[in-house]
Amino acid sequence: MSWIDIGALDDIPLRGARKIKTDVGCVAVFRTDTDEVFAAMDRCPHKGGPLSEGIVHGQSVTCPLHSWVFDLNTGQARGEDAAITTFPIRTEAGRVLIDSLQLTGRSAA
Amino acid sequence: MTQKLVIIGAGMASGRVIEHLIETAPDAYDITLFNAEARGNYNRIMLSPVLSGEKTYADIVTHDDDWYKSHGVTCRFGEHVVRIDRDRKIIEGQNGTVPYDKLVIATGSAPFIIPVPGKDLPGVITYRDLDDTNAMIKAADKGGKAVVIGGGLLGLEAAAGLAERGMEVTVLHLMGHLMERQLDEAAGYLLRRDLEKRGITIKTQASTKAILGQDQVEAVLLADDETLPADLVVMAVGIRPETRLANDAGLEVARGIEVDAQMQTSDPDIFAVGECLEFNGQLFGLVAPLYEQAKVLAHTLLGKSDAFIVRDTATKLKVTGCDLFSAGDFAEGAGREDIVFRDPSRGVYKRLVIEGDRLIGAVMYGDTADGNWFFGLIKDGTDIDDMRDTLIFGPALQGGASVDPLSAVAALPPEAEICGCNGICKGTIVNAIQGGAADLGAVRAQTKASASCGTCTGLVEQLLQVTLGDDFQMPNAQPICGCCDLTHEDVRRLIKSQELKSQEAVWQELGWKTRNGCPSCRPAVNFYLLADWPLEYRDDPQSRFVNERKHANIQKDGTFSVVPRMWGGITNPAELRAIADAADKYNVPTVKVTGGQRIDLLGVKGEDLPHMWADLNKVGLVSGHAYSKGLRTVKTCVGTDHCRFGTQDSTGLGIKLEQIMWGSWTPHKVKLAVSGCPRNCAEATCKDVGIICVDSGYQVGVAGAAGMDLKETQRLADVTTEEEAIDLTLAFVQLYRENAKYLDRPYKWVAKVGLDWVKSRVVDDLDERARLVAAFELSQTIYRKDPWAEHAEEAQKFQPLADLTLEAAE
Repeated sequence: MSWIDIGALDDIPLRGARKIKTDVGCVAVFRTDTDEVFAAMDRCPHKGGPLSEGIVHGQSVTCPLHSWVFDLNTGQARGEDAAITTFPIRTEAGRVLIDSLQLTGRSAA
Repeated sequence: MTQKLVIIGAGMASGRVIEHLIETAPDAYDITLFNAEARGNYNRIMLSPVLSGEKTYADIVTHDDDWYKSHGVTCRFGEHVVRIDRDRKIIEGQNGTVPYDKLVIATGSAPFIIPVPGKDLPGVITYRDLDDTNAMIKAADKGGKAVVIGGGLLGLEAAAGLAERGMEVTVLHLMGHLMERQLDEAAGYLLRRDLEKRGITIKTQASTKAILGQDQVEAVLLADDETLPADLVVMAVGIRPETRLANDAGLEVARGIEVDAQMQTSDPDIFAVGECLEFNGQLFGLVAPLYEQAKVLAHTLLGKSDAFIVRDTATKLKVTGCDLFSAGDFAEGAGREDIVFRDPSRGVYKRLVIEGDRLIGAVMYGDTADGNWFFGLIKDGTDIDDMRDTLIFGPALQGGASVDPLSAVAALPPEAEICGCNGICKGTIVNAIQGGAADLGAVRAQTKASASCGTCTGLVEQLLQVTLGDDFQMPNAQPICGCCDLTHEDVRRLIKSQELKSQEAVWQELGWKTRNGCPSCRPAVNFYLLADWPLEYRDDPQSRFVNERKHANIQKDGTFSVVPRMWGGITNPAELRAIADAADKYNVPTVKVTGGQRIDLLGVKGEDLPHMWADLNKVGLVSGHAYSKGLRTVKTCVGTDHCRFGTQDSTGLGIKLEQIMWGSWTPHKVKLAVSGCPRNCAEATCKDVGIICVDSGYQVGVAGAAGMDLKETQRLADVTTEEEAIDLTLAFVQLYRENAKYLDRPYKWVAKVGLDWVKSRVVDDLDERARLVAAFELSQTIYRKDPWAEHAEEAQKFQPLADLTLEAAE
């Protein structure tokens, strides 16, 4: 693991998300109502919708384009045979840290 | 050989150390105890009951002078320690020196005083010791107003105590909900509700700017410039370890005095215990870890091996009637799951946080009987996998007494209004049912409840069920979504009659089965709250679909479209140039004229939105709200300005309507049009509100549609003046805002409630019309503003949080 600081928790809206740019593409960073954080590819496997623009409810997000619902723990789409890749992420003293090893072109290859 | 032990500070932690020493080895040490307070040890946890009058000082004393005397402890109370001389191993007190072999620092903590002007005025006090408590009791005897700064454990206990003693109390809390370190939002909501029931006013997100007064505190000034009169101000925003002596002596001090697991400081003969110390980066304020430290320190002093381990602690609030419990970790961190249980009729909320097979956190309100059992599971790391299904019901495992879906209605007080149209309360309806009205028709006939617009039908049926039990067969009603058993109409009515003014209030009081709703119900509830309580509740962007949060329409490739507002469809060369320039500057691939007489810039990148808006703002262009469940456009023809057939100033009326109504949120989108003559060039007869100008005045039609369904407008009324046409339009839209189901266009809503009912409110009842117009205007004082201008100032929120592609390239 190689944790890298991507910003303050407060920069992500409560029950909302922001995206980060990485070598493997845009990654959505979610913050739930209880300050849990999750990270996953910012691309719905259905038609490519930006999940960082979806509504965050409980530990799930709903795609803004056609309302596919994803469990942020596993990345699994509800009722569909599809999933989004999730990434290790955590908070420490109000900062958000993501494992950069999985976000470089190399490890994705 | 007896060694000399000096202890600085007679608090709960050092008191426990002395007890341990005397019990196990009474002759090991010759003890001298310094205390700045002129008294011995008392139970500080019990200061709240002393403040509220439930206990007296005598009840909470743990060690009095006789106890110290009989155990040979030399007391130097009321004497400050001036200095620790580590080289000579001497303590310098105000009244002379004492040598030590071992020294224990137990100086506790000092209240944190927020650095605002006026903090030193007489009448501003902290809440820490008996003197503070007595000062508060004395102040409360005179009555008047008290402001407590800080909505944590101490602040709330102070507030409750002062209220108990007859003061008018306001609590100011910087964060969004009370006790945010110990409670989640839901439990914080219930706590707030219970405190408000005692007459305590709670202001959250309230930042104190200054304390005002000449010779004595007179008021508190908030950051939003509100002034709260105050005869007494209590600061309870937090504590910091009292480390002055340790600092002066050159011991290692971070936030607190640093100790190892044996409570030893950086000097091997000096130890610390209690709130003044820091261990592994942590400070301690609750009594359980303090007592644990005291035990470890006593063992260390007696040469026995022991080590302090940080354990989870549980919190309870000592305010009679507020039953809350929290333990462990219930926030932060991925991979966790919740079990939520709510019982609105009893005001109960329980939430368990599970990670893997372990319970790691618990928050409870209203029923905390099982708190210690859950705390035990957390502390022991018990595998809960087998009992997961019934875990939330506690150790009795009574096997899932499921929540009654009718409990929200059963919990309503008799005076709660069920039927808004006819002003019928629950009590009246229940009386009618008990008097023999056994079905909906009979209740309608006898009480008029649900006999007008009919949106409270579901609630009346539930009252029949609650009152008659199995004798009444409930028809199948469509609940909002899986999160809740109530229909949209039920939820709307209950938000009004129970005066629910926050999402947390709705989740709890109406028995939501999820933590914070889902994409179906949360946007609906958000709208209902802002429509019914425009001043108390503010629109929550995170409960809106992307378009309304981004103030632009998302396209299939993730780009957005931008539509500036053109009032009544009128524009000018300066606006057109600015639009053309923006299209060039941001490489807009498609520029299109819309059906609502606006210009649509399609294919704009999300990051560019705030910059484009700022450019458009410069020539006065504002958001066209082409994305919102709100007022979209008012389409017009040129009317009497240019047209040889025009009968009235249709363009002018359209512009007036748009300028009054822009920015308003509605259950679904609302489109208007004004045509200058019956040739109807503005296509007003298929709009939500369409006005046709005629020689004699204005024909106001409503409930048209030209989308999934095609509907011609129905005539609401013919009026002679422009003013009346405007009032009718506003009253109709406000009635729609107050009553319709979220995502019902006006034509669907009118079909449900009937045009006659709408006419009776909007056309015939002039008082009601005036009320509706005034209610619309009140809401518009909040929402009639340009969201683009606001967002353009925070452009960074539209950018990626971080760009790791740059880092990787390095």
